Amino acid sequence: MRLAAEAITFAYVPGRDVLRDVTLAVGAGDVMFVLGANGSGKTTLLDCLAGVRIPRSGRVLLDGDSIDRIPTAERAKRVGLVPQIHEPVFDYTVGEVVLMGRTPHLGLFARPGRRDWEAVDRALDAVGLRALRGHVYTEISGGERQLALIARGLAQGAACLLMDEPAAHLDPRHQHAAFATVARLASDGFSFVITSHQPNNALLYADRAAFLIDGRIEQEGAPIEIVTEETLRSAYGIEFDVITGETGPRAILPRVT
Amino acid sequence: MTTKRGRTAWVLAALAPALFLLALLIGRYGIRIDETFRALFAPESVSDVIRALILRVRLPRALAAVCIGANLAVTGAAFQGLFRNPLVDSRILGVSSGAAFGAALALLVSAGTIGLQASSFAFALLAVGLVCLIGLRFGSAALILVVGGILVSALFNALLGLIKYVADPLSSLPAITYWLLGGLSDVRWATIGPLLALTGFGLVFFLVVRWRLNVLTLSESEATALGVRIRGFRTTVILVGTLLIASSVAVGGIIGWVGLVVPHVARAWVGPDHGRLIPVSIGLGAVTVLALDTIARTALPSEIPLGILTGLVGVPAFFLLFLRFLRVRGEAR
Repeated sequence: MRLAAEAITFAYVPGRDVLRDVTLAVGAGDVMFVLGANGSGKTTLLDCLAGVRIPRSGRVLLDGDSIDRIPTAERAKRVGLVPQIHEPVFDYTVGEVVLMGRTPHLGLFARPGRRDWEAVDRALDAVGLRALRGHVYTEISGGERQLALIARGLAQGAACLLMDEPAAHLDPRHQHAAFATVARLASDGFSFVITSHQPNNALLYADRAAFLIDGRIEQEGAPIEIVTEETLRSAYGIEFDVITGETGPRAILPRVT
Repeated sequence: MTTKRGRTAWVLAALAPALFLLALLIGRYGIRIDETFRALFAPESVSDVIRALILRVRLPRALAAVCIGANLAVTGAAFQGLFRNPLVDSRILGVSSGAAFGAALALLVSAGTIGLQASSFAFALLAVGLVCLIGLRFGSAALILVVGGILVSALFNALLGLIKYVADPLSSLPAITYWLLGGLSDVRWATIGPLLALTGFGLVFFLVVRWRLNVLTLSESEATALGVRIRGFRTTVILVGTLLIASSVAVGGIIGWVGLVVPHVARAWVGPDHGRLIPVSIGLGAVTVLALDTIARTALPSEIPLGILTGLVGVPAFFLLFLRFLRVRGEAR
C-alpha cells in the first residue's frame, strides 16, 4: 500500500489556493501526522488524499494509479476517511454505524448480510469495542465514538485510514487509547495520515510528521527533527519552548511572557 | 431486540388487510361482511348498489388512502434522513405549495378533475424543480436546498393568495378552500391511475435502496469516501420522493403531519436503520391514513376533511413523541 500526493494544488474558490504544491506519501505501517494551524488546509488535504476532492493540478496516486481513475467503490475498499467525531442526529447503534463501512462492498440494491456483520465484529474486535456493538452511538463517550469510526474504516476494508483531528474532544486518556489502537493497527501494516493540532501528540505517536503552513508542506520528517522552535513559530505565529529529554524533544509549550 | 421488533412488524402486516376490509365494510350505507366478500370475489351475486359502492367507490378510495399514506410516510422518512433533520417532512422542498397553487389555478378556471390533478402535479414538480435549480446553481448542500424550499414555498403561497383574492367568493373560492383541507371524497378509479402507478414504482425504489439511504445521513465527504456518488443518489431520492408526493397531493389535497409524525413513530419503534425504517414507515403510513380516512367519512353525518383529521391526531402524537425524546435526554420532566 502506498498513497502519495504529488504536487497537488487545490482551491475551493478560483485564485485562492488552499493547498499549494503539496507532496507527501505514506506506505504500509506508517503513522504520519499532518500539523498546522486552523485553516492551514489539513482537512482539505485529507479529502484530496481520500479521492473525495479532486486537486486542480498534481495527482494523488494509490499504489501508482491516479485515484480519480479508480472506480469509487474500489477506492473506498482501499482508503478510508475517519472524520472528526460529531453528534449524529439519529440514534444508530454502534454496530449500525460500523456496518455503514460495508457500503462499497454492497451493490446499490443490496442489503448487508451475515458476512458484513462478521466484518463489523472483526473491526470492533480490532479496536476493542465489541462489547458496545448494540449500544446507541449517541450515548457512548467521545473516545468510544472515535474508535467506532476507526472500526468503520476497518470494516470498509481500507488499508489506509485518513483521520481528521482524532484527538479533538478527547481527554488525554482517551487520546492515548485512540493512538495506542492506531499504533497497534500500524504494526499490523495499516497506514495512517492523521491531522492534529497537537505537536505533542506527533512527538508521542508519529513515525513521521509534516507541517502544513498556509497550504504548503514546509517541513517533513521525523517528529523530533521537525518540531523545532522556528517551525512552530512560523506555523502558529507565536513563540514556543521545546522541552528536551534524553532522546530529544519530548514536548512543546507556548512561551508565556 | 431485532426479533421482538420484527414480530411487531408482522403483527402490523397482519393487521393491515383486516383494516382494509373494515374500511370497505363500514360506511353510511351499511354492508354486511359476507356481502363485502362477495362483492370483491363474486360481484355478480350482490345487488348493483352494493357492487357499485364497494367496487367503484370504497375500493378505489381505500386504495388511494393506502397509497397516499405510504407515500407521505416513506418520503418523510427518506427526506428526514437526507436532510439530517428529524423535523423535516415531505413538504420541505415546496412540493405541497406548488401543488396547492396548481390545484387552485385549475379550480379558478374550472378545469375539471383531470385538469386539476394534472395542474397540481405539474406545479408540484415545478416547485421542486426550482429548488433543485437553485441547488444546481449555488451548490447542492442540504442547507441551500432547505432555504430554496422555504423561498419557493413562500413564492407559491403568495401566488395562491393571489388566486384566492381573484377567485369568485361564491363558487371557486370555497372549492379552493375545501381542496386545501385535503380529502378523498372525489376519488374514483378514473382519477387514481397515475397515483397507483407512481406509488408502485416509488415504493419499489425506496424498498430496494433502503439500506443505502443510511449513507445519506452522513456528511457529503464521508459518504463519498464510502464509495457513494452522493449527489446523484441524493438527487434520485429527491426526484422519486417528489413524484410520490406530487401524485398524492394531486389526488388527496394537502394532508399534513403524516410525513412528519409517522417516520418518528416508526423510528421510535424499530430504530433509525432505514433497512427497517422504510418498510415500517410504508406500512404505518398506509394504515394510519386508511384508518383516518375511514373515520373522516363515517364519524359525522357529513364528511370531515382528511387534512383536518390528520392535524388533530398528528399534533398530540408529535407532542408525545417529542416529550419522550426530551425525557430520554433528561431535558424535560
